[in-house]
Amino acid sequence: MTDASLSGPDSTPLPQGKTSLLAQDSRTKRRNAAEKRFRFYGMAAVGVGVLFLVVLLVAIVRNGTPAFTQTFIELPVQLSQEKLDPDQTGDPEVIKKTSTFGYNGMIDQALLDLMAAHGLDSPFDKGADLRKMISASVPAQVRDYAIAHPDQIGQTVVFKVLASSRVDGYEKGRVTREALARDKNLDAEHLDLVDQMRDAGILKRSFNLDFILGTDASESRPEQAGIGASMVGSFFMMLVVLFLSLPIGVAASIYLEEFAPKNWITDVIEVNISNLAAVPSIVFGILGLAVFIQFAELPQSAPLVGGLVLTLMTLPTIIISTRASLKAVPPSIRDAALGVGASKMQSVFHHVLPLAMPGILTGTILGLAQALGETAPLLLIGMVGYIASNFPDGIAAGFLDPNSAMPAQIYEWAKRADPAYYERAWGGIIILLVFLLTMNFIAIILRRRFERRW
Amino acid sequence: MPATWIFLFVLALAVIGYVLGRRKAMASAGGDGRLMHSLPSYYGYNAALFVLVPALLVLGAWLVAQPMVIERSVQHMIPETAYETSGELSLIMSDVHRVASGLETAVTTGQITAPQLEAMQAGSTDVRGLLGSVGVAVGSDVDAVTLEAAKSYRARNATADTLRNIVVGLLALAGMALAVLRTDKDYRARNSVEKVVLALLILAASLAVLTTLGIVFSLLANTIQFFKLYPWTDFFFGTTWAPSFGGGSELGILPLFWGTFYISLIALAVAVPIGLFAAVYLSEYAPKSVRSFAKPLLEVLAGIPTIVYGLFALLTVGPMLLTAFGPDSVGWMSGGTAVMTAGLVMGIMLIPFVSSLSDDIINAVPQSMRDGSYGLGATKSETVKQVILPAALPGIVGAVLLAASRAIGETMIVVLGAGAAARLSMNPFEAMTTVTAKIVSQLTGDADFASPEALVAFALGMTLFVITLALNVFALWIVRKYREQYD
Repeated sequence: MTDASLSGPDSTPLPQGKTSLLAQDSRTKRRNAAEKRFRFYGMAAVGVGVLFLVVLLVAIVRNGTPAFTQTFIELPVQLSQEKLDPDQTGDPEVIKKTSTFGYNGMIDQALLDLMAAHGLDSPFDKGADLRKMISASVPAQVRDYAIAHPDQIGQTVVFKVLASSRVDGYEKGRVTREALARDKNLDAEHLDLVDQMRDAGILKRSFNLDFILGTDASESRPEQAGIGASMVGSFFMMLVVLFLSLPIGVAASIYLEEFAPKNWITDVIEVNISNLAAVPSIVFGILGLAVFIQFAELPQSAPLVGGLVLTLMTLPTIIISTRASLKAVPPSIRDAALGVGASKMQSVFHHVLPLAMPGILTGTILGLAQALGETAPLLLIGMVGYIASNFPDGIAAGFLDPNSAMPAQIYEWAKRADPAYYERAWGGIIILLVFLLTMNFIAIILRRRFERRW
Repeated sequence: MPATWIFLFVLALAVIGYVLGRRKAMASAGGDGRLMHSLPSYYGYNAALFVLVPALLVLGAWLVAQPMVIERSVQHMIPETAYETSGELSLIMSDVHRVASGLETAVTTGQITAPQLEAMQAGSTDVRGLLGSVGVAVGSDVDAVTLEAAKSYRARNATADTLRNIVVGLLALAGMALAVLRTDKDYRARNSVEKVVLALLILAASLAVLTTLGIVFSLLANTIQFFKLYPWTDFFFGTTWAPSFGGGSELGILPLFWGTFYISLIALAVAVPIGLFAAVYLSEYAPKSVRSFAKPLLEVLAGIPTIVYGLFALLTVGPMLLTAFGPDSVGWMSGGTAVMTAGLVMGIMLIPFVSSLSDDIINAVPQSMRDGSYGLGATKSETVKQVILPAALPGIVGAVLLAASRAIGETMIVVLGAGAAARLSMNPFEAMTTVTAKIVSQLTGDADFASPEALVAFALGMTLFVITLALNVFALWIVRKYREQYD
């Protein structure tokens, strides 16, 4: 492509003298350079987009993986006979009389003994100072053990206890000695001791299953918090969404695609559905608050209400994808069914619907994945701010008792002041993304396996 | 007998109806299926639907209506001298509910008998102790009015429950009898079943309309309530946002609008160029292998939940911007949360939105237009700039508008990344807040739904709903109008 043929009185004057197809003139050069530039911009745009994705994923993985490990200390505690069960009854009711506070003395002594046994150079004489290095959950852990094993009282039992979040942060490189200067929870001397304990092999970092399966903890014990209870909340919410949005969505799509007459009512419904799909999710939260909680007086923070709100939100998505897969079934199938005497209803339910099912399921799974990650409506119906420290007992409680949901729990952690919770929030995101990835993967497999080309 | 049992009873009757209907139809045809109008199972379904539909409709309506009716009639028992505002009345009523449920438990567990309960007086019996023993803690002693109201509440509920069960049960039986009596081989069972199924399908389809109506009514009712307490001129034209739950709040929407607009603008400034160039490159330049690899990668960005972007803004982008523009360098930024932080991250989120919509639109431009342009000697970039983009422009505008409506309605990124201060400022490195973020902050926590500070959230929601709806309708209209040109 050259401009040689353009040399005429109207066009831009070309360089004087001979022009050749082999030598590019300046205008061609300019145009080719512009072409290259444009192409580069396009590549750069795609590159920047992919780069953002990579940065996001790297940030998630780098900040989130430490949440899956936790620092533990192996602590032999002597369960004092005279303190817990002086009359040697072995009765759990007697042992229960000692509150968690009453275990502090035993634990302090155990820590002092531990220092002495390993010959560690401890600057602290009082056990209470050493206790700052372990989690505030330890007394409860020891007490639960004592109540469950009354026969062990009087013995020395080795507990694997959680280190406090500051110690854990030091092990993970989050807490430095300088940062502790203004911190009243831990001193720099503690960290010297931590170094010694690590060398002595009594302080170890290992995989923390409780982060995945455990429950949330109060603001002051990030080392104990887990996402398990909110996972259960999310699960019950997804059950509600699945069992409501799939049948309702499929029924609505069948009507609109197969039976609806072409009139203004149908038009209104169709425009309505496409607009509902673009309504901001927070508006659905307001709807849920006003209708389900203010008007119908359903319990706040219940997965049932969350599920209902998310159902309304995902319905348009499911209807749109279901209609697309119904439309993809060729009319010849319907005609053949009608030809052998089936009614319209029979042709749809016996032939069209089964053929469209893979597409419908794919759309439903993608809709569920969208609902699983949605946070904003849950904020309004009170699924945050609630500390999910218990698992629901039973199925009815699972639907009706206050609980959190995975994204709401992550938001809750992100809002707390302690940076140790930020690590939990990133870790929670990894778990959430694993769920989403799995669901998308299942959807892709379904599509690959059952998709039919007509 | 709770509603579950009558529900199960109706279900059981439906199963019996199915069996009876099917059997009777078969018998009337002498066991020869060819003589019947419909397939045998339709006669069964017909009988089952005759049992289920009227009985369950009445049951549902009853369950909704009974609490309202009884609530109202018991409220009349409480003398008007006992309360001054509706709030106090609802407090008394919630006491009544608790006492009534406590009495119910006491009777079912056998603590007292029904006649004893009838004779119970507020002064003579220790009602509080009795309630405490069945696990219902009452703050103060139960007074005579509350006790009488609670007793009547319990009694009326019990009567209504019995009545309901009788009515629903009879209805189910009558439906079954009618259906079975009408069944014979010439009965058009399939038509009657299909009519009911079609009605169910229509009901499901109209749920979408009901949702919209629900949104509009719940927003509208509370917004009107709000404007009764707070003048609408101050709301729409006020330039200060300073809610205080003690009263005397200033609730002007302008600073929130400005924050929303500013953040969306930055988000679009990031997303539109990148998204558009990416779409052009992927549809016009990229070899197939690159396209099949890069397009899904970009779309992953759209599948990531917004809470992830929010956290990314709060913990990664915010601190990063702070080191670049914070007090240690140029000093434009004083905290990690800022308009820039939220805008940038929201822009990343919107890239796939813009790119995949534009991609579809660019692909819809007919190949003949490209060929014509190449034939005249234009380069690829000249074709894109002078032929394809002008042809696709309305669609691209529609895509950008859809992205803008997404940006305006986005919540989690701004809640976590933009800060909480409502400001009218030009500095993009300052913290500002948006309409969505304020809806969240006004409605979380135990807000009193009667105060203007909580109700303002509904007015904000209404504004948001109207704006995003208008943007969507406009965008869809543009896209649709454009599509008609080439189809």
